[in-house]
Amino acid sequence: MNAPDIGLFSLFFASIFTSNILLANFLGMCSFIAISKDLKSSNGLGLAVTVVLTVTGAANWLILHYILIPYDLIYLRFIIFILVIAAMVQILEMVIDRVSQKLYITLGIFLPLITVNCAILGVSLFIEIREYNFVQTVIYSLGSGLGWWLAIVALAAIRNKTEKTKTVPAGLQGSGLTMITIGLMALAFIGFSGMLSVQ
Amino acid sequence: MNTALLIAPLAISGLSAALAALISLTDKIVNNYGECIISVNGGKKELTVQGGSSMLATLAEQQIFIPSACGGRGSCGECKVKCTTDVGPHVPTEMPWMTPSDLKNNVHLSCQFKVKGDVGIEIPEYLFYVKRYKATVERITDLTHDIKEVYFKLPDGVSTNYKAGQYAQIEVPPYGKIKEPTQRAYSLSSTPNDPNHVEFMIRLVPGGIVTTYVHEHLKEGQKLDVIVPFGEFHVRDTSATMVCVAGGSGMAPFKSIFTTMVEDGSIDKRDVWYFFGARSVRDLFYVEWLSELDEKHERFHFIPALSEPEESDNWQGETGLITEVLDKYLVSDNLKDAEKEGYLCGSPGMLDACMAVMRKHDMEDERIYFDKFA
Repeated sequence: MNAPDIGLFSLFFASIFTSNILLANFLGMCSFIAISKDLKSSNGLGLAVTVVLTVTGAANWLILHYILIPYDLIYLRFIIFILVIAAMVQILEMVIDRVSQKLYITLGIFLPLITVNCAILGVSLFIEIREYNFVQTVIYSLGSGLGWWLAIVALAAIRNKTEKTKTVPAGLQGSGLTMITIGLMALAFIGFSGMLSVQ
Repeated sequence: MNTALLIAPLAISGLSAALAALISLTDKIVNNYGECIISVNGGKKELTVQGGSSMLATLAEQQIFIPSACGGRGSCGECKVKCTTDVGPHVPTEMPWMTPSDLKNNVHLSCQFKVKGDVGIEIPEYLFYVKRYKATVERITDLTHDIKEVYFKLPDGVSTNYKAGQYAQIEVPPYGKIKEPTQRAYSLSSTPNDPNHVEFMIRLVPGGIVTTYVHEHLKEGQKLDVIVPFGEFHVRDTSATMVCVAGGSGMAPFKSIFTTMVEDGSIDKRDVWYFFGARSVRDLFYVEWLSELDEKHERFHFIPALSEPEESDNWQGETGLITEVLDKYLVSDNLKDAEKEGYLCGSPGMLDACMAVMRKHDMEDERIYFDKFA
């Protein structure tokens, strides 16, 4: 196994900031735009995505290295990664329903939608392409989750502010302005990528 | 190559099985709310149940059937129950069905919340007696060209407990292009004093799933599921004059009510006015029986009215829409100053029109009774 030679802290930092899964790879956009209207739901969804990402990242690494590679089944990775993600989301849904009814209702339909959040599948596929070892996988998945969380909360906060101002032209209100905001945020995040990158 | 063909499906199905096992294991652990106590109507009935399922399903397991036309998908809004304990906020799926007073009174759709602990609910008392039976068709009679009377026998030893005027749900099996069992509500025309039988009057509605089945496919000796009884339509125990209005198969609950009143003698203790609307003579039925009641019992009055009598009918009675006839009689000396209660059964359009006439003559909404389910 040729795990890339990168410090764990650097990997963690890079996955949150300079190679943010949302703003550098533009993965997981649909829920990013849909949910960021509301700060509270963004926070909940961010947490859910982080947990699902970390768990599925680790689970998929184990399946990749103990089932898919030994049996030469690497071509099945898409379908199997999706299966694992779907199962994890189901389990998470049950747990949230039990633990916090409030969060369950806030997340509503978006919780099952995490299943088709491309950021989750993206991370699992990056792990395979970049040949991370298990510890790196966990760090990278957790970092990506936190990065996603950070980005959606930041966007929600910005949208909160811009929606209160009355100076936005009618044609740009809503998703128009959101897209521009995301673009500016991406520029800011990518600005750091000279410092450190995991791409 | 051959082994690869074998291993791929094996790997996928093996993994799926493992994940499914993991999910059901989590379900067992996370959704295990242990034994919960549902206290119904302030402790009148206490049910000890296994938590974790929806209130609707949990109650059905306990043989309490909350009315539900969609079977728990949250799309009919009929399975409302009032909760006396906190069962969490209203979820988005139930919001379309909630009136402001529902929201204030903690009314929820019972299919949309789970039993997660001890809860208290309030439901109409009669729901305790709602039961599902496999009933056998004993007799099908043609009342008119488009109304059939179907007489069911319940399983041996079973006796129902309902009030004259209430309704039941009939479930017909899939047939033709209809792929799912279908339930519809029909008023009972039988009397509670014949507890081993139930009877309905079913008018053929063009395109109707259940009515078409009953008219074209149902045979004597066949078995159908009948869920009985539902509804708040029954005679109130007062001395007020009963103003009863029906059209077509809306006769059903009144057949039940009048038969029962004859049996217990209450037909001689209060004034009853029964207005029955039909199009022409060929739509009239039970006229002889009702005219006989009118003659025998001084305080019972039967007023049939035809809206479009044909010349060959030779009709001597009232003509015009039933609302016009009602309007005329409500100002007559007999009814003008009497204390009145309204009893209505018919199509939603007829109900609304009659309500309007009754309101015009100062009858109170709270004393006009009907079950709207058509």
